Amino acid sequence: MHGRPRKVYKPEEEAASAAKAVKFRSLQSQFLSNHHNKIYTKEAIDLSTKLLEINPEAYTAWNYRKLAVEDTLSRQESDPDLVKSVLDEELKVVESSLKQNVKSYGAWHHRKWVLSKGHSSVGNELRLLNEFQTLDSRNFHAWNYRRFVVELTNRSKHDELKYTEFMIGNNISNYSAWHNRSVLLSSLLERKADGFMPSQKIPEEYELVHNAIFTDEDVQSGWFYHLWLLDQTVNVETPLLISSWPPHGSRINLSRAGCLNDSSSSSKLTTFPLILYFDQAVGGVSSSTVAIDSELKGIEDLVWEPVSNKNSQVSCVWVARLKYMSSEPCFFPKEYKVKVRIGNSPGIVSSRGFNFSVPYEFVFTARVEDTVQEEPREVIVSWTDGFDIWDAQSEDLKNLVNLDQLNGQMDFKWRQEAIAEEIDLFRTLPDSNSKIGKLTIARLLMAKATMSENDVKGVHYEEILKLYNDLMALDSTHYHYYKDEHSVALLRKVTSSTESLSRHLFRYSDMNNSVCLRLNNSSLSRIASVEKLLFVQMLDLSHNELHSTEGLEAMQLLSCLNLSHNRIRSFSALDSLRHLKQLRVLDVSHNHIGEHSVDTTRYLCSSPLSNSEWSQDEVGRRMTPSLVTKYWDAYFVLRDLNLKQLDIAGNVVAGEEFSSFVPQVVPTLVWLNGHKLRS
Amino acid sequence: MSSSSSSSSQMGELVADKHVRYILMSEKKKESFESVVMDHLRMNGAYWGLTTLDLLDKLPSVSVDEVVSWLLTCQHESGGFAGNTGHDPHVLYTLSAVQILALFDKLDILDVAKVSSYIAGLQNEDGSFSGDMWGEVDTRFSYIAICSLSILKCLDKINVEKAVDYIVSCKNLDGGFGCTPGAESHAGQIFCCVGALAITGSLHHVDKDLLGWWLCERQVKSGGLNGRPEKLPDVCYSWWVLSSLIMIDRVHWINKAKLVKFILDCQDLENGGISDRPDDAVDIFHTYFGVAGLSLLEYPGVKAIDPAYALPVDVINRILLTK
Ligand SMILES: [Zn+2]
Repeated sequence: MHGRPRKVYKPEEEAASAAKAVKFRSLQSQFLSNHHNKIYTKEAIDLSTKLLEINPEAYTAWNYRKLAVEDTLSRQESDPDLVKSVLDEELKVVESSLKQNVKSYGAWHHRKWVLSKGHSSVGNELRLLNEFQTLDSRNFHAWNYRRFVVELTNRSKHDELKYTEFMIGNNISNYSAWHNRSVLLSSLLERKADGFMPSQKIPEEYELVHNAIFTDEDVQSGWFYHLWLLDQTVNVETPLLISSWPPHGSRINLSRAGCLNDSSSSSKLTTFPLILYFDQAVGGVSSSTVAIDSELKGIEDLVWEPVSNKNSQVSCVWVARLKYMSSEPCFFPKEYKVKVRIGNSPGIVSSRGFNFSVPYEFVFTARVEDTVQEEPREVIVSWTDGFDIWDAQSEDLKNLVNLDQLNGQMDFKWRQEAIAEEIDLFRTLPDSNSKIGKLTIARLLMAKATMSENDVKGVHYEEILKLYNDLMALDSTHYHYYKDEHSVALLRKVTSSTESLSRHLFRYSDMNNSVCLRLNNSSLSRIASVEKLLFVQMLDLSHNELHSTEGLEAMQLLSCLNLSHNRIRSFSALDSLRHLKQLRVLDVSHNHIGEHSVDTTRYLCSSPLSNSEWSQDEVGRRMTPSLVTKYWDAYFVLRDLNLKQLDIAGNVVAGEEFSSFVPQVVPTLVWLNGHKLRS
Repeated sequence: MSSSSSSSSQMGELVADKHVRYILMSEKKKESFESVVMDHLRMNGAYWGLTTLDLLDKLPSVSVDEVVSWLLTCQHESGGFAGNTGHDPHVLYTLSAVQILALFDKLDILDVAKVSSYIAGLQNEDGSFSGDMWGEVDTRFSYIAICSLSILKCLDKINVEKAVDYIVSCKNLDGGFGCTPGAESHAGQIFCCVGALAITGSLHHVDKDLLGWWLCERQVKSGGLNGRPEKLPDVCYSWWVLSSLIMIDRVHWINKAKLVKFILDCQDLENGGISDRPDDAVDIFHTYFGVAGLSLLEYPGVKAIDPAYALPVDVINRILLTK
């Protein structure tokens, strides 16, 4: 099936092949007859040997041999010599099969099975493996078998680590050896074994991998190992809180008519979200792991929810809704101080099993104002005017925007030094046009930015952006990978200071002076740095190159979102918006919805395809089933949104049938494509 | 920017009719040694051939009754299916049997309780799956179990949480997955693990950016994809790499036009069929993966295939989106 040249066979070759086929077929039918009749005579067993010699992939023959072995052993278990000779014979058959086809799953498994019978000659296995691994140093069956034997014989991890060094020394581009090294090293580092403290071992590993990267720029083996080291350098194991809403020291205003609160709830008790953003997915955020001191009501039974899909109980983002009385008349504004303490009692654990171990607390003030209660007007949001510029120095703005990383306790010294050394080294590479060289510098600079966020001067976003621009030209095959990384860097740059962010911030006067972030026409292909943008209520991302809203789910205050003129291909790409309980206005006009047969977000959304819970709601039951099936992705996303205004014009999907389907799925809708629906 | 539009004029086209003829012929042509050594996995071969025919909209040219009655002779009393009549049952062939019946909309002839019990019975204490009663463990079998049970709507027969945990324990430094914990990443294995996580709604366990970069770097200069670093490109990885990239929404990171060209270059323009690399001998396995790859690349005239279930989208939607 692999590597056989295409050619026309001569008649005599065809005849020979046919003769061979006849012989094999008769052998096979004899074998199957033996198998079905449970015949385990020496003659019958030899026949299966012959069959396997010709075709080591004949899995039923391996099964038959196991039955035969069990049959023999059941009669002769008392004689250890006989047992040994039976098992030896099996190992011999496997060995010669592997010499014919080293990729035969059946043969390798048969060997494991024989060994698990307690065969004594385990010592021979490493010798045999060395033979196979010399012939084919990348064979993953052999490597897997090696790990099996190592475990069976309790061979030390240090010895195996030396073996990977030996294999890498033979051939620097042996990815299998690098891989095995990472497996061994991970376990030694995690155990903090003697001589394997990260601060000491990881810098040594950088030295080792440089050879692999610098020897030949097309050899990929070192690339992934280097990226893994970088990850080990930047990311500490313990989860950290990196941002929150409201931010520490802030004063937020709550009112009934405002956008900060959930105006859909008709009860007198109104809510506002409290958001925790961690640097990695964590589980166990609850009222027992997060303590809140405040006069606000209902704090005892506060419910924390992960902002992620239904099947997951871990997330980077967690939200709780705090309640306050909004209708109680009071002529003086009422202030509540809220203190949030996280991690005083254990329970917050990362998905990799590490505890949130550095307790943290933050305080904010919520001021409830007795505003004039006007009914929310059914105005249409136009995105064209009504935006007032903000002064970067205004107190209002500083109050909302808190760009400081919340962690500060960790010891970053060796990590920062390692990154600095790597940057210096890669900058002096002789070939300044090396793809992996440029990519690595860009990544190192981003890592530096992550670790020294407060020291903005040390971070060269312009250099990072230029590197990605160069890469797009240099390696056009992966253009869009670099383009996405460029977008990430661009957003990091925008959110790196209040000053740069304020250039994009506006007040929207038509809607209670909502805070609006405008990143339209920015050539963005993906969303990032959302943890810095939790305060945003209106977001204009129109005229970009986005194909998904992944990341926006954390922006719990968002009520208006403009995604017009992007590259959204399906409603399932908007799945993250289902978490935005306050979203009322959505513009996805002029995208590519309905244009493509391949849906790249088909499995990233909650639907029966991914076996998510699927209970058809009232709305769904009243609708034509065929339409629900036809527009399933729109149905599953839109039914969870309480939209008032939706624009879908300029998409292939937006025909008459679909436009009449939408108001059924979204009963709250008032405006569709700029037209007021009859109520 | 535009990756798909520009180059179609100067490159060859899909010789769909010849591939259809090649598939229909290879069913009948059984006398060569090459086809006889494939005898034990005829169930897989049938799935590859029939799915390709359906993607090319030519499934009606096959006699459903003939296929189904042969297929039933491969079922063992345990409920599992063998690769061919008289051989032993194994999940590898049980999935193919289920997929073939799904293609024909004939799942109702199955004793679903029995088939699903066979599969569910192979789950081990740690959540992993054995391929058959002899205990070989591999994440391929996790995928197979999850995929077939989902098609049969019996996922509740296994411990899905443990199954997912086991797959996650096979995740590597490069974001990829291997056959068992500690085993090296391989594109075929990645497809299995990502597919199983997709079907169980667990893709949040995948580091999409890290894995996406590893996968997109499988594209070599010729435009073809390899399955591991430093290996040769091969048409079958068009399926394994592409479907994985699609499931994690990173498929835009490769150059689609170049890959289309590589697949088309592997066609036997005269006798039909697609090979692993240009000018190699064709086989049904690579013919299927080539056409399925073109489907994922939205090649005109090829029906859309589902990246997780490896069946046409209309078949999977019919089964899962209707009650
Ligand atoms: Zn192949």
